Amino acid sequence: MSNIQELENLSVQVRRDILRMVHKVNSGHPGGSLGCTEFFVTMFNSILDMKDTFDMDGKDEDLFFLSNGHISPVYYSVLARAGYFPVEELNTFRLIDSRLQGHPTTHEGLPGVRIASGSLGQGMSVAIGSALTKKLNNDNHLVFSLHGDGELQEGQNWEAIMFAAGNKVDNLIATIDLNGQQIDGATDDVLPMGNLKAKFEAFGWMVLEIENGNDLESVLKGMNKAKSLTGNGQPVCVLLNTVMGHGVDFMMHTHAWHGKAPNDEQLELGLSQNPETLGDY
Amino acid sequence: MKTYTNKGNKDTRSGFGAGLTELGNNNSEVVALCADLTGSLKMDEFQKQHPQRFFQVGIAEANMMGIAAGLTIGGKIPFTGTFANFSTGRVYDQIRQSIAYSGKNVKICASHAGVTLGEDGATHQILEDIGLMKMLPGMTVINTCDFNQTKAATLAIAEYHGPVYLRFGRPKVPNFTEEDQTFEIGKAVMLTEGTDVTIVATGHLVWEALEAAKSLDQAGISAEVINIHTIKPLDETAILDSVKKTKCVVTAEEHNYLGGLGESVARVLSKNNPVPQEFVATNDTFGESGTPEQLMDKYGLNSKAIQKAVKQVLNRK
Repeated sequence: MSNIQELENLSVQVRRDILRMVHKVNSGHPGGSLGCTEFFVTMFNSILDMKDTFDMDGKDEDLFFLSNGHISPVYYSVLARAGYFPVEELNTFRLIDSRLQGHPTTHEGLPGVRIASGSLGQGMSVAIGSALTKKLNNDNHLVFSLHGDGELQEGQNWEAIMFAAGNKVDNLIATIDLNGQQIDGATDDVLPMGNLKAKFEAFGWMVLEIENGNDLESVLKGMNKAKSLTGNGQPVCVLLNTVMGHGVDFMMHTHAWHGKAPNDEQLELGLSQNPETLGDY
Repeated sequence: MKTYTNKGNKDTRSGFGAGLTELGNNNSEVVALCADLTGSLKMDEFQKQHPQRFFQVGIAEANMMGIAAGLTIGGKIPFTGTFANFSTGRVYDQIRQSIAYSGKNVKICASHAGVTLGEDGATHQILEDIGLMKMLPGMTVINTCDFNQTKAATLAIAEYHGPVYLRFGRPKVPNFTEEDQTFEIGKAVMLTEGTDVTIVATGHLVWEALEAAKSLDQAGISAEVINIHTIKPLDETAILDSVKKTKCVVTAEEHNYLGGLGESVARVLSKNNPVPQEFVATNDTFGESGTPEQLMDKYGLNSKAIQKAVKQVLNRK
């Protein structure tokens, strides 16, 4: 799928899914999910080269790892709508006996997920490991990962960032969701992280910025550009500028909706801003 | 009673190194990672022979555990190597989420466990690692007793699919088990048969238990010594069969009595056949600097301590 209108229709539907999932169980993380909708839609429909059926080893296909597991609603919606599992299963999000746990896990055997995430800061190491295995297996496919910006406060990331550059893991594209928000407020207020571009570059990465991570064309162009930078002896970092809560006006530009579900009225308002396109689950 | 011959003192970590070297040549999926302790873990030969399959991660154990988890995706069998302290407590959440909960086929190989690490002192002498690791759902926990058994265990865990914690140590200790033994995960090894008391030992304490059994035999006490190399899953049948006969047990381990082998045995007994039990283990304490022998003596982790515990448990029968 590369027609922008098709991706736009899917993005609107995914936003509806996110709102309905978290509303139903009155829990979950809509803010970061909405902000990363265009990224996920683009990745799973126009960037990742994936096999038709899921298997854990993922040989001869691109791999994707979600490190900031709390934005599981967008992950689940996009996986389901890409055919990994029935869309109706989105109804079971965070319910007992569901494969759609609050944070993604391999434990319940959900197709599309290759590592548990939720406790932050671990995904980049895992992505590096799988990228090393691809090299050992002479598999030319790429490994992609997504991380929150606040998540970079976890020290393990910097161990991984140092390792990836030092070991020329150049089949890895790590994207940082720069929405500037975390649970307790703006990242600049909670713990300022300074110039991330300069930091990644100082660690030896190639860095590419996507100015508007909520614009499908920019994401598509940026991620294709990132792919073209691989194989040059350096890992690639994409700094993806997004707006938390994008597409639902009252959820935008605030950390308030990081981990809070809308009430009935708020749900209706949010849905009215995102009219049904592909059909609700 | 059956006696065992010490074929010469050797360190268990060298058994791991020898096993890893053999795996390097026989199993192309085996890869190894080390956090700046290649010499201490005896991983140098693997590194030399298979540089493409060896990853030096530097002093960054959390990253090492995550990379190991990722390496399994695509079929590799990663063996991580560092001290027991840095293999467990330092990286517990990484092991918990990225390895255990994610069901990854990672072999966490931990040297310098317990007080026998010696002079470096308590910061490096973990006595809580068995407890930490056995509490993780799906984690297999192995603590081997000598060079030969450690080598055999290293080979065996590569054939088993699932996360494993393999614990071994630094000092040179008697090497008495068979060179070409088959290592069966989860299967206890009966070393000497006896009728008065069961001694269930793991790791460096197994040889001490055999020494204790010899002395006890001379004093007219017949001890049955069981080598529990796999603490989880525990060979409950072997323990229950033995205590049916002896009606009391002494557990012996180089670990805190809280969370160790002794507690696992106590759980099995209390559920199935409550009998008196004494614990040879550290008493909820940190270690300290000293020679391994001095520390084993001070913390009551040798043949003498086992004999004392046997006498106590016999009095409670």
